[in-house]
Amino acid sequence: MLLEVRDLHVEFRTRDGVAKAVNGVTYSVDEGETLAVLGESGSGKSVTAQAVMGILDMPPGKITGGEILFQGKDLLKFKEEERRKVRGAEMAMIFQDALSSLNPVISVGDQLGEMFTVHRGMKRKEARAKAIELMEHVRIPGAAERVRDYPHQFSGGMRQRIMIAMALALEPALIIADEPTTALDVTVQAQVMDLLAELQRELSMGLILITHDLGVVADVADKIAVMYAGRIVETAPVHDIYKAPAHPYTKGLLHSIPRLDQKGRELYAIKGLPPNLMHIPPGCAFNPRCPMAQDICRSEVPPLAEVDADRRSACFFWRECLDDTSSN
Amino acid sequence: MAPTGMGGTMDLGSSEAETLEKTPGGPEGTGPREKPRSLWSDAWRDLRRNPVFIISGLVILFLVVISIWPGLITSQSPLQCDLSKAQQGSQPGHPFGYDGQGCDVYTRTVYGTRISISVGVLATVGVALLGSFLGGLAGFYGGLGDSILSRATDIFFAIPVVLGGLVLLSVVTSNTIWPVVGFMILLGWPQISRIARGSVITTKENDYVQAARALGASNSRLMLRHITPNAVAPVIVVATIALGTYISLEATLSYLGVGLKPPRVSWGIDISSASAYIRQAPHMLLWPAGALAITVLAFIMLGDAVRDALDPKLR
Amino acid sequence: MTQAATEPLLEVSGLVKHYPLTQGILFKKQIGAVKAVDGVDFHLGHGETLGIVGESGCGKSTVAKMLVNLEKPTEGSIKYKGEDITRLSGKALKAVRRNIQMVFQDPYTSLNPRMTVGDIIGEPYDIHPEVAPKGDRRRRVQDLLDVVGLNPEYINRYPHQFSGGQRQRIGIARGLALRPEIIVADEPVSALDVSVQAQVINLLDRLQAEFNLSYVFIAHDLSIVRHISDRVGVMYLGRIVETGRDVEIYDHPTHPYTQALLSAVPVPDPEAREHRERIILHGDVPSPANIPSGCRFRTRCWKAQERCTLEVPLLAVPAEFRIGDSPAAHDSACHFAEEKQVVPPEEPSGGAA
Repeated sequence: MLLEVRDLHVEFRTRDGVAKAVNGVTYSVDEGETLAVLGESGSGKSVTAQAVMGILDMPPGKITGGEILFQGKDLLKFKEEERRKVRGAEMAMIFQDALSSLNPVISVGDQLGEMFTVHRGMKRKEARAKAIELMEHVRIPGAAERVRDYPHQFSGGMRQRIMIAMALALEPALIIADEPTTALDVTVQAQVMDLLAELQRELSMGLILITHDLGVVADVADKIAVMYAGRIVETAPVHDIYKAPAHPYTKGLLHSIPRLDQKGRELYAIKGLPPNLMHIPPGCAFNPRCPMAQDICRSEVPPLAEVDADRRSACFFWRECLDDTSSN
Repeated sequence: MAPTGMGGTMDLGSSEAETLEKTPGGPEGTGPREKPRSLWSDAWRDLRRNPVFIISGLVILFLVVISIWPGLITSQSPLQCDLSKAQQGSQPGHPFGYDGQGCDVYTRTVYGTRISISVGVLATVGVALLGSFLGGLAGFYGGLGDSILSRATDIFFAIPVVLGGLVLLSVVTSNTIWPVVGFMILLGWPQISRIARGSVITTKENDYVQAARALGASNSRLMLRHITPNAVAPVIVVATIALGTYISLEATLSYLGVGLKPPRVSWGIDISSASAYIRQAPHMLLWPAGALAITVLAFIMLGDAVRDALDPKLR
Repeated sequence: MTQAATEPLLEVSGLVKHYPLTQGILFKKQIGAVKAVDGVDFHLGHGETLGIVGESGCGKSTVAKMLVNLEKPTEGSIKYKGEDITRLSGKALKAVRRNIQMVFQDPYTSLNPRMTVGDIIGEPYDIHPEVAPKGDRRRRVQDLLDVVGLNPEYINRYPHQFSGGQRQRIGIARGLALRPEIIVADEPVSALDVSVQAQVINLLDRLQAEFNLSYVFIAHDLSIVRHISDRVGVMYLGRIVETGRDVEIYDHPTHPYTQALLSAVPVPDPEAREHRERIILHGDVPSPANIPSGCRFRTRCWKAQERCTLEVPLLAVPAEFRIGDSPAAHDSACHFAEEKQVVPPEEPSGGAA
């Protein structure tokens, strides 16, 4: 297994109290595999990724438990120096906002080239050639002429390509993409997502795609982990989850989005609001919003139960949830 | 799949969803017992817990009180001097010793507070009012007036403060605080005006201002109700910090002989006269200079604490 | 009576908004213009929802701002019940404003953080005191809170004590306070979480029926626009390129841009991955300061020919569809309009979501 996150716990200490952002997350990605981590804001999906990358702001953040095994070694036991060597070279991250992730006063060629001068000890000229090669690889038209341009001279889609190029520069084994296309327009979104999926196949990398968009997930992911209030509530191969969700939250999400091919009808709405991370409800965190909740859901935290070989659901009533769907 | 076709347990209408949300103390954690809190009251709550604010606040409160009633902590007059005691050190009843004219340094330091605080406060109030009025209008209306004001602030910024003071104040004969205060307002307003203008421009772009405009709100309503309360915080912060610098500027000008002149009692004047005897009688310099430093520091710390409390990014 | 039934509530024609690009510090010289909106026509009937979709920079938000008079059009007219509101000022403008209200995109910046919820929702009554007598206002505000699904006791709270979805409800309550006929909603749910979006969309649906509202619903999310709209206009670089009833646009699009846009939308159905034809457009939207000649979409269009460079296509029913009653017979600004189904039709069984 390329990456295994085991029972990860992350807290944030704030003025008003302790926010439990990640409460025992376990997931894994293999080489050449795409894991989509799906969740709404505050679900802990980005915090988990930041912990994996080692870029969590500590303080106020604090990893209070768990393991992050990367190629078999626990990253949490690494010294900062060793960790830094992993970052960029072995695993890389793509952010939502490409404009603020690129340094505005350095040309994109130099920023790309820096990856090679710093990590590979290349000469400037050599690094420049590599930068052009990378820009061509992510299909930026006229790469050789544009290598001296600054980030603001590129459009949103092109900037995101540059971010992808930068992430790919050292051919990492794992890429974490945090909402990589959310800030882009639909038509550009499709271009960038296609490019990312293609490069991932070509280089046989592991890809963790963090998103709130069920559509994007369906298009590229192999398997999905759905997060809610810092926990994984369901993991499954992508086809299964859309066909028959085994958790009421997943089910609610799937039904609450309007469809392009369907008109009208009142939308199903999950009642209530996501919980405040300082006051996560006891028992199953979803229980106040869940139409299936029983007494047990209010007192006990449901474990990630095995539905079948590849599927897990953190719901006491996953059977009923599945039956309910298949009876339709 | 349509919600209508789903099993009974999942089929929750939105009306039920909304009733749950209406119940006080929902999953949001904003319980019914919680009092409504404005951003100002939140800031106040923060400030009360901040030791920096408490210490600087108490120091400033003390300074303000003795500047109004110096008699509370000294029974002597700052102008009652005995040349025979000139430059003498500390002795019972006169803990800070005597200055070059044989006046009590303690009493003079206490009385000096009045000028420092009043110059600082008056200059700051003047600068803040004038600066935020001009800057606010320029930011709100933009256009030619804004361009002219921006160029004007550039010109004022180019004037070296101390040199300007030496030139302008040397022609003034009145030995009151007003010329000094007037000079500070004249050179100080562009700083606040720039801040106020920027703050108003940022605030003006907020959707709530657009929303009020779309409702048909008048310009005065937009300015008073929506823009001013949201744009005033940076002005307050900068003005508080500037207050400290005006106090030290007054001392500087008096030291240079163009601010207030004897027989007025000011820290700047005392520092000036003490500097000639710095080797023989350092205590004469130490006390007024120390009082000045503490006062300036207190205002700067207060400004910092206020900024932290009002900074929405930490919220 | 018959007059009112046939006359549209809102009629927009030839709407143009150009922002001048200037040079110089004190004496400004115009060196060009950003053509944010460049000739838009549409109409809105009583109780109808018109959806306007487009990518960022297509001018849809500028259209919204002109509708509620936050921006003055450079050219064109906006007729509300036959009266051009762009020429109004003073009292007459204020009276019209009562009837056309706006709901904003960002619930975090659209509510004044220094005002209580009661003051925010009650502000319309301060500005238009004739609508509600003073003593009655608190009750009205509480009614409005109830209507949008919030606890009326929250009246003294401040916006930062609410979540995004709740804040958007407050924004909607403010929009409803003056009992307008038209609500212009600019991306009202795009800043919200998926599970909360559905709640707000359902609320908008319910309010439309309850208060007989007409909506101009502006969004980039094609699925949401289809859900809520009766008619849809697709905007590209300051113009509407295709418009029609929802079925016409979604199931029978004839403009290549609409087709590309629809095919690019990720559909939450992994099965569709295999049988969907994706049209991937090349390049980016050109700058509105430098609009291509002829058809403005030609630089990204796979059908573009010489004619497209020379001749601006008009927004009209294309000649080949004019005969007969085909759903493809709707306005489309393309020289080579051609029907193409890009959204797979709904499975009759209502199968897997």
